Amino acid sequence: PPPPPPRLRWRSSFEMVADAVYGDAKISRQDIMKWNGWGYSDSRFLFNKKGQGEFTGKRYRLSGMILPSLKDWFEATFGTSLQHKTPATPTLNVSAVPPPNLVEPFVEELKVAGVAASHDPEGRVFRSHGHCLHEIFALREGRIGRVPDLVVWPNCHNDVVKIVELACKYNVCLMPYGGGTSVSSALECPLEETRSVVSLDTSQMNRILWIDEKNLTVHVEAGIIGQDLERQLNESGYCTGHEPDSMEFSSLGGWVATRASGMKKNIYGNIEDLVVHIKMVTPRGVIEKSCQGPRMSTGPDIHHFIMGSEGTLGVVTEVTMKIRPLPEYQKYGSIVFPNFQQGVSCLREVARQRCAPASIRLMDNEQFQFGHALKPQVSSIFTSFLDGLKKFYITKFKGFEPHHLCVATLLFEGDREKVLQHEKQVYDIAAKFGGLAAGEDNGQRGYMLTFVIAYLRDLGMDYYVIGESFETSVPWDRVLDLCRNVKERIVRECKERGVQFPPFSTCRVTQTYDAGACVYFYFAFNYRGLADPLHVYERVEHEAREEILANGGSLSHHHGVGKLRKEWMREAVSTVGLGMLQSVKEYVDPNNIFGNRNLL
Amino acid sequence: GGHLLQSAQSSRAEPASFVDILEERRRGSDISHALRAFSPPPGCGAPPPSPSALNKMVLESQHLRYVVAAESGKPQARVREEAAALLDEMSQNLQVTFIRLLGFALSKIFTRLFRRIQVNEDGLARLQQATQEHPVILMPNHRSYVDFLVLSYIMFTYDLSIPVIAAGIPLMGMSLIGEIFRRSGAFFIRRAIGSDKLYWAVLSEYVRTIVRTGFAPVEFYVEGLRSRTLKSLTPKMGMMHMVLEPFLKGEVYDLSLVPVSISYDRVLEESLLAHELLGVPKPRETTRGLLKARRVLEQDYGSMHVYFGNPVSVRELAKGRIGRGQYNLVPRDLPGRPSEESQAFASAAAHRVVRLQERGTVLSPWSLTALLVLQRPDGTRWDLLARDTLWLRGIALQLGARLDWPADLPDLEVMSSSMALHRSVVRCEEGCVWLVEEAGPEPVTQEEGVFRRASAVLMCASYRNQALHVFTRPAMVAVAMGTVPGHSQEDIYRHFCFLRDLFANEFVFVPGCGPQDFEEGCSGLQQCGAVSATDHELKPTEEERDTIVFLSAILEPFIETYQVTGDNCTLLYFSLRNCLSFFPSHFREIFPNSTRNPVTLRRDTEGYLPPTPTCCKLQCPNIYFRQSHCRIHPGSCSPTPLCGPQVATSSPI
Repeated sequence: PPPPPPRLRWRSSFEMVADAVYGDAKISRQDIMKWNGWGYSDSRFLFNKKGQGEFTGKRYRLSGMILPSLKDWFEATFGTSLQHKTPATPTLNVSAVPPPNLVEPFVEELKVAGVAASHDPEGRVFRSHGHCLHEIFALREGRIGRVPDLVVWPNCHNDVVKIVELACKYNVCLMPYGGGTSVSSALECPLEETRSVVSLDTSQMNRILWIDEKNLTVHVEAGIIGQDLERQLNESGYCTGHEPDSMEFSSLGGWVATRASGMKKNIYGNIEDLVVHIKMVTPRGVIEKSCQGPRMSTGPDIHHFIMGSEGTLGVVTEVTMKIRPLPEYQKYGSIVFPNFQQGVSCLREVARQRCAPASIRLMDNEQFQFGHALKPQVSSIFTSFLDGLKKFYITKFKGFEPHHLCVATLLFEGDREKVLQHEKQVYDIAAKFGGLAAGEDNGQRGYMLTFVIAYLRDLGMDYYVIGESFETSVPWDRVLDLCRNVKERIVRECKERGVQFPPFSTCRVTQTYDAGACVYFYFAFNYRGLADPLHVYERVEHEAREEILANGGSLSHHHGVGKLRKEWMREAVSTVGLGMLQSVKEYVDPNNIFGNRNLL
Repeated sequence: GGHLLQSAQSSRAEPASFVDILEERRRGSDISHALRAFSPPPGCGAPPPSPSALNKMVLESQHLRYVVAAESGKPQARVREEAAALLDEMSQNLQVTFIRLLGFALSKIFTRLFRRIQVNEDGLARLQQATQEHPVILMPNHRSYVDFLVLSYIMFTYDLSIPVIAAGIPLMGMSLIGEIFRRSGAFFIRRAIGSDKLYWAVLSEYVRTIVRTGFAPVEFYVEGLRSRTLKSLTPKMGMMHMVLEPFLKGEVYDLSLVPVSISYDRVLEESLLAHELLGVPKPRETTRGLLKARRVLEQDYGSMHVYFGNPVSVRELAKGRIGRGQYNLVPRDLPGRPSEESQAFASAAAHRVVRLQERGTVLSPWSLTALLVLQRPDGTRWDLLARDTLWLRGIALQLGARLDWPADLPDLEVMSSSMALHRSVVRCEEGCVWLVEEAGPEPVTQEEGVFRRASAVLMCASYRNQALHVFTRPAMVAVAMGTVPGHSQEDIYRHFCFLRDLFANEFVFVPGCGPQDFEEGCSGLQQCGAVSATDHELKPTEEERDTIVFLSAILEPFIETYQVTGDNCTLLYFSLRNCLSFFPSHFREIFPNSTRNPVTLRRDTEGYLPPTPTCCKLQCPNIYFRQSHCRIHPGSCSPTPLCGPQVATSSPI
């Protein structure tokens, strides 16, 4: 028998839930997750009675740890005080949920067909939103907008076929719901929708149907959640290698519908590179290819009508994906650069030589400091002594300016020898740009930050701080200009709109490509004293997006368009391009059954 | 955009407190001033690159690589060498030692030349702030050779980064002086670059690199050259495009354009300018010439004022006016002409800056007196002149002029001492004021006689021109009102627009801002109480009829210079800009006794009619332009070297 696969290193950055989240207990997801915030109910940041930062729960490596520098960083960065709290409404007020608008015969026929359905208010509210700031902010204040009228849980592809047929028959609006991690307002029910809105929750379609070891593919139901898919494949010695930052909660179908991108795409590719076959149910019927040939010249690839369709054409039910044997060895790493510009030049050179590790990310100075604020209490004097020594070496001996230096985090994967070789190559390039190797620990902390940062937003919202992240992709020669201009624009727009304290405006380069990079922005500010903080936030994000587009950045790299960025679609793809997409929609779904009104 | 100007419109100029920087020099030691600790915070937090590092950045730029690769027929290495040679000729070589040396010398010179150099410190504080945030473009008006020296001197005194200055290549030719300038931060631009692509590439990349790095302000004269008439010139666009490009391409977040208004009580080169206007060729800039000009040092030039205006954010200007996504689909380094959109934007921005320079200009009382003296070229009584000057001061202040009028002295003393500075132009004897004729042997020909008288008139007119911008718009409204049968605002506006088009090369109007200009003119007149405005009408008030008449009269000489042929409703007018903009503007002043068609403009004289006359359907047939024919001295043609070689023939008048 083959040796058991080694434990994946990335999982050591947090403890995964021990058992399958969704198992048999139907609709159980909402029981272990927050109804008005990110992630698991038991995991959250808080400031304890001593004012120390703390992360609760047991799921992550950071769980149960004290974060001594978080408070100072938080107060200094946002100008907040722990005295001023803005707690969320603790429980959902069920009476505030509008009564469901049900089409009785539709519900009846569903029952006959044996499809689970519910109009329980909590379940409907749970599926009425994604994780945009305005969505969460409203929930925290106890404001409930338009919610789906019914939730249905198909068990398999055929269930979906039935549901779509019935929806067509009774002119009911269907909105597919996967992991619910959208950040583009894609899950918001359109206010103008007067029909009954049915949320089609794919969570019960979460089986791996078969693994083909000869061709290294896996056939999976599209409702499976990222971490479940990886874990189950790992047990067989494989992985897909697709690890978007939301992989704890996002679903395979969602990845396909939004053109998702994974952290390790340098080795495994983005979703469009991973997908071999897709099955989607549309009002016109089922769309799929007739074979699993690795590449075809059969006109425009129909997969590209499906990928990125954001639930406007149908429901993705089954996907065949590439898999890889689990890598033998993983190694984190980090490099300190004297400034962001040098860091970008280094990443560009790495991309030019096409030697990017599985993941390479460059944080700017603000994010570097942010990362340090999340350092847990050091248990041994020796470690803190070592930290001090490192800091002394970098800032005093090497002369790096503490307010300019920035860090790249790396993740290498493969067989041991090659990883070490690869590592050397990358560090040699980095040295040419003034980069110093800064250890595995810093690298690992960088990736951990990715998973906990969404939890941090909830902490901020307890103390008058609101924020969000957004992303773009941009040609190499514009990366620096775009980063600088967008960050500055955010700062200026905040000031102009009466934000009292300079906002946290920071970015990192998260992916490298041959011809450009993906850039991720974090933006948060203290809204004390503002009459309408959400409006301010939305205007600033709008201006930031305008700035991105003016600097040659794309409308989105992987978050998608949803309803949040629709206004720019024509500009982004030209009138003819938009017309093409519209005509596909008109053919596939003439009655707008998939009426979430995303994208177009 | 429009609001930038409008906010200051029709209100009095906000008071600025000026500080005399020479006062401390007179009290302290020049040496210690020159040797004091000078460590300006570098602009945008960027440490200044060494001149050679800067040049290397330029030579290795992608832009230059594109251009070099496109030069066919020559080996690449040769083209690269040529580029390097051009850059060597061009580039500045800023050295603090030389700044100190210059600082020392200028302390000596300026304290002798000027009574005061008045600087608004609040403007400098704003400038200092701006240099910390974004690259700064210093945009002074250009009235004298010493303009840029004074600016650098001020920057040195206030511990601000010494600007990198675009200078004309003739200055470089001056042995020693050229090198001193170069080491004080000047870089040199050839005139008449024409279609030399390599030169354009090197120059534009050089300028852009400095702007991008933002270590020091870039200083250039948007008017392109010294205004010989002291009137603002319509801006030149070459440098403007180069400095704006880094913003339009997103290479800098923003740029601050800082208009600087320099004005002199008495311009050092005043008689030189008058002679140039009369056709005497400009002497070449040589070190020897400079040494000869030492006698300039022996005279009193009164005060000079340097007003640093509010920094103008290019980003603000560009809002909604220009799509910055225009470079999204091509490499930004690719050589190419600016798009029409960019050209229109650059032009509007440049015009705006010139208007802000005008607004910031501090006028001496003499400017107002000169305006009145010109209207009475045969001499006038001093008490009447003084009375009228005071009256005019009232109007000028209403219209938002900045006047240097000491409040603590009696008005009469202010006026007479301001006039006394100009005794080479005007004399006050036995209660009468006269224009001075140049001294010399009895004139032999009529031409010589005219010439001698003309130079005083022209000098006088130049000082008048300094104040002209205050009155232009209200005066145009006044003229338009006089030509419209009723009082309809709409009709007046149409006539106003006609005048605005007509004078597009005479005065500086921001393109596309016709309504704002009209608004400014109207509210100016209202401020003076000369008109009352209702919703659709604009009526002159009885009490202030004089004001309307006076303002119309200001424009009269300019109107007369435009040769207009009437043909039913169609008028063909020639904007004889190059030759007429200054000379016939003054023909009545030069030939005071012949007010009715005295001089004939010989229209067949070649060289001054523009190649394509502008046709215009005249909306208002009742604007009557006197048909005047005058013959002009072609030698006095355009002082604008960029517009072609100067004609220096001497045909008799």
